[in-house]
Amino acid sequence: MSARTDTATYDLKLALPLAAFFAAFFLAPLFILIFVSLHTDVSMTKMGLTQYAKFLLDPFSLGVLGHTLWIGVEVTALCLFLGFPMAWAYVRSPRWAQAGLVLVILLPLLTSVVVRTFAWIVILGRQGIINTALIELGVIDSPLRLLYTEGGMVVALAQVQMPLMVLPVITALSRLDPNLLDASAALGAGHWRTFRKVILPLTFPGIVAGCLLTYAAAITAFITQTLIGGGQMLFMPMYIYQQSSTLNNWPFAAAISIIFLAAVLVAVTLFNMVGRLSKGYAQA
Amino acid sequence: MQHRYDGPEALSFKIAMWGLAGLCFVLLVLPTLVVIVVSFTSGFSLRFPPPGYSLRWYVALLDAWQLHFAASNSLKIAIGSTLVSVVLGVAAALAIARSERWTARVLDSLFMSPLVLPALAFGLAALMFFTLIGLSVSPLTLVIGHTVVCVPYVVRTTVAALAQLDTSLLESSASLGASRLFTFRRVTLPLIRPGILAGAFIAFMSSFDNVPVSLFLRDARTDMLPIRMWQDLEGRLDVTIAAVSGVLIVVTLALMMVMERIAGLSRRLR
Repeated sequence: MSARTDTATYDLKLALPLAAFFAAFFLAPLFILIFVSLHTDVSMTKMGLTQYAKFLLDPFSLGVLGHTLWIGVEVTALCLFLGFPMAWAYVRSPRWAQAGLVLVILLPLLTSVVVRTFAWIVILGRQGIINTALIELGVIDSPLRLLYTEGGMVVALAQVQMPLMVLPVITALSRLDPNLLDASAALGAGHWRTFRKVILPLTFPGIVAGCLLTYAAAITAFITQTLIGGGQMLFMPMYIYQQSSTLNNWPFAAAISIIFLAAVLVAVTLFNMVGRLSKGYAQA
Repeated sequence: MQHRYDGPEALSFKIAMWGLAGLCFVLLVLPTLVVIVVSFTSGFSLRFPPPGYSLRWYVALLDAWQLHFAASNSLKIAIGSTLVSVVLGVAAALAIARSERWTARVLDSLFMSPLVLPALAFGLAALMFFTLIGLSVSPLTLVIGHTVVCVPYVVRTTVAALAQLDTSLLESSASLGASRLFTFRRVTLPLIRPGILAGAFIAFMSSFDNVPVSLFLRDARTDMLPIRMWQDLEGRLDVTIAAVSGVLIVVTLALMMVMERIAGLSRRLR
């Protein structure tokens, strides 16, 4: 036993360089961010909580935060609705099909986000594929406005983040014991019932992991939000960028960032709690 | 046995699942295909389907010096941050992978946190930090910023590779008299190399594609490709961007297939 720990474990000191790197260039900047957010004026002479009050008492700012968090819910729901069946189909496909399918699932993850978003500009545009098809079919006379709408943006975000949902669900589904499904069928349960009572509960931890990644990615997806959402809709990442780079209001930009970070942390904690609860449930 | 699967109940389930999966498949594939088709347009707009086909936008790409400049910057920064990420990340992964100490768990969470936290907030924080300590934005600050957001991928895949390591191999190596360093070089490293490679690849791609950190840590001398493309798209819908996208898609796909072959990429991303 001691021989095993000797050969396979390494000194914790090996983590020191990265830990030091993170302390200097990740944690220290975050503390500076908090420090800057605690200043009342742009020239940063007086300290106070006015930036936070300014955000939290302003219906416009709260609206931006609420809308950003809500977009994440919509995108995650759409990813789950389409991504779960995709993962289910992947697990049931023959091996040769899986090899091709996995490239299809991974390609969006590794292709540049600007490229993926650009694709949606072409698809949703006035002369895009959807408008051309609908006009040719005689459904509409003049092109619909799809770009710069919330619906268009949610679909584009869902495509961009889809792999983050599909991959953890594939892992969860492939760990599922096929005997359980046979047992459920032998006991007279139909497919839908087996799905609800066996497959969903047992893959729930994987679903939660996928939802967490998708949600966090969707609400911070600066490029897709600005290019497909357009100037009409403002979301938290662009709000931070506007305040810091365009208006040079560092204390307010820092406060918005901290509030956004806190909101993401709350969401992550909630997902993790649900995940932990469900793990206990799945094993019981 | 088989007849049970053919009832209307089973059929409705299968139609629903395969139907949604098919829809998802189209959603995943369509955008890439559309970009590739549009990049060969002979026209001046992003009309789909294109009025005719030509290579003119790829030819135009040869003279687009701004894009060349941005691409070469992005490439240099991505190579730099990948190298730093691999050196720091692999060492850290070795330390925390099989350790049961609470410090190892805390470090693991710390190293993974840039994956879920909004990168834009970190980019702003890093800019404030570098301004405060008097370091002006440069390729160095970019490499540092990118490393923070890219190193989690290397740590994650290396930890996963170490967790799957068969310890009896290391024990036999030790019992045959090999030193720890020798065992590491000749047994451990070759076995975890695919994991490290996969992590390095993802780190490289995410650095090359990074916008939220670069947005704050670059200046005119370090224009980055994704930001150049983003700004071009915000201004006017330029067809040259379609050609750049075409090139990026083909290169990504080729690299992915190579990495799938030598590092089993898809298994390591789950």
